[in-house]
Amino acid sequence: MKRVVITGAGTVNALGLNVPDTLTAMAEGRCGISQLSFRDVERLSIQIGAQVHDFDETAHFNRQQLSLYDRFTQFTLIAAREALAQAGLEFSGELAARSGVVLGNSGGGMTTLDENYRTVYEDGKNRVHPFVVPKLMNNAAASHVSMEFNLKGPSFTVSTACASSNHAMSQAFQMVHGGLAPVMITGGSESMLCFGGVKAWEGLRVMSKDACRPFSANRNGMVQGEGAGVFVFEELEHAKARRAEILAEVVGFAMTSDASDIVMPSKNGAARAISGALADAKLNPEDVGYINAHGTGTAANDKTECAAVADVFGAHADKLMMSSTKSMHGHCIGGTGAIELLACIMAVRDGVIAPTIGYEEPDPECALDVVPNVAREARVDVALSNAFAFGGLNAVLALRRV
Amino acid sequence: MRVGLMSVQDRIIRIIADQAMIEPSDVAVTDTMEDLGIDSMALVECIFALEEEFDIDVPFNANEPGKSDFDISSVTSVIAGVERMIAEQKT
Repeated sequence: MKRVVITGAGTVNALGLNVPDTLTAMAEGRCGISQLSFRDVERLSIQIGAQVHDFDETAHFNRQQLSLYDRFTQFTLIAAREALAQAGLEFSGELAARSGVVLGNSGGGMTTLDENYRTVYEDGKNRVHPFVVPKLMNNAAASHVSMEFNLKGPSFTVSTACASSNHAMSQAFQMVHGGLAPVMITGGSESMLCFGGVKAWEGLRVMSKDACRPFSANRNGMVQGEGAGVFVFEELEHAKARRAEILAEVVGFAMTSDASDIVMPSKNGAARAISGALADAKLNPEDVGYINAHGTGTAANDKTECAAVADVFGAHADKLMMSSTKSMHGHCIGGTGAIELLACIMAVRDGVIAPTIGYEEPDPECALDVVPNVAREARVDVALSNAFAFGGLNAVLALRRV
Repeated sequence: MRVGLMSVQDRIIRIIADQAMIEPSDVAVTDTMEDLGIDSMALVECIFALEEEFDIDVPFNANEPGKSDFDISSVTSVIAGVERMIAEQKT
């Protein structure tokens, strides 16, 4: 089987409009959560989110492009440009024919949907812009990446709610690992921070009105974010032959399904995904130094996740570090796993562990080292990234230092 | 120039030029959509913009562009079509 390495990374999120700014913010424990700003926000009971504020789409795209790119596609393309510039890859001939794009996304073009529903329902107009469909479809981002970079191999979008990006990256890993593709562009994006998007989440009553405090006894819910993370997964020998800089190695993954409840997490499903990823990567539990937690800041997720980690790692659970960076960049739903993989790369490559900020009170049901509030320097050989989605669909990835 | 003072023809040319990403002065009434580099996607967007501008409903099916009642073969024919629809709307 082929070994798979990451040779490029890109992002847009509330912490930064590129990878270096995002990693600096994570290392400083900065919070990207702020007052939401969009039309009709005053009608929401939830007023906070990790929104990307200082973003000028016209600096990146022309008017024709913007008529086709929803915000989630814009984020994706900017992140993909950064990742591919870092990788230094151009696609032509055989390489183009075999390389593809697998991205995670949950809501599709929510902003486009919201704006056009307004047009026909609220404003009573009977006509919408002709590109509503190609703009809002969930695969729009993957398709535009394939077009912009001439990727002609397998491309599609994976939609598994909060685990979308991890499922997508697992698929991309598998394609390179199995020799189907020499290079895959992967990750995910989401942009649900619009009136309808947040209103829908409000209904579920799981959102915090003040802050995201994962693992803290006084946590009171999740805070939504938005953004994209895009990576270049490349076959090791292919990367070495062109002397590419390697950020980390992807060594394994696992996917499981709880098969129990549409919203409540299951310890068993999470634990099987974590132990499955270790088995796939041929790792011992003791090899793992850091876990980027799913850590949503809800009562249910955080205690279930900690219990699953304790089950899988036994005594080693007290030695490893596990943080939730959602406390900084919010829960970016279908894009969150991709943004969180950046914290795993920082852990194995730079030896910097991103903290769980907003941590105020220990919770006996979350009694692990959650790297509270302040980043830490530590040598980490292996990092895991957890994602446990609504619908009981779980995906865990394992990265190793190179 | 204020929109209110522009003729129907000038307003149509401005919309077409916008889609073709050229100056209105570079649009000749004898030009075809192809001459102006307007592809099928841009054409659909153009028709949407005309509908919005003049509050008309243009009968156009992208599957059968030639069979529409609305003649899009040249800038002149588009102007004639829009003017006819505006006139019909007033009656």
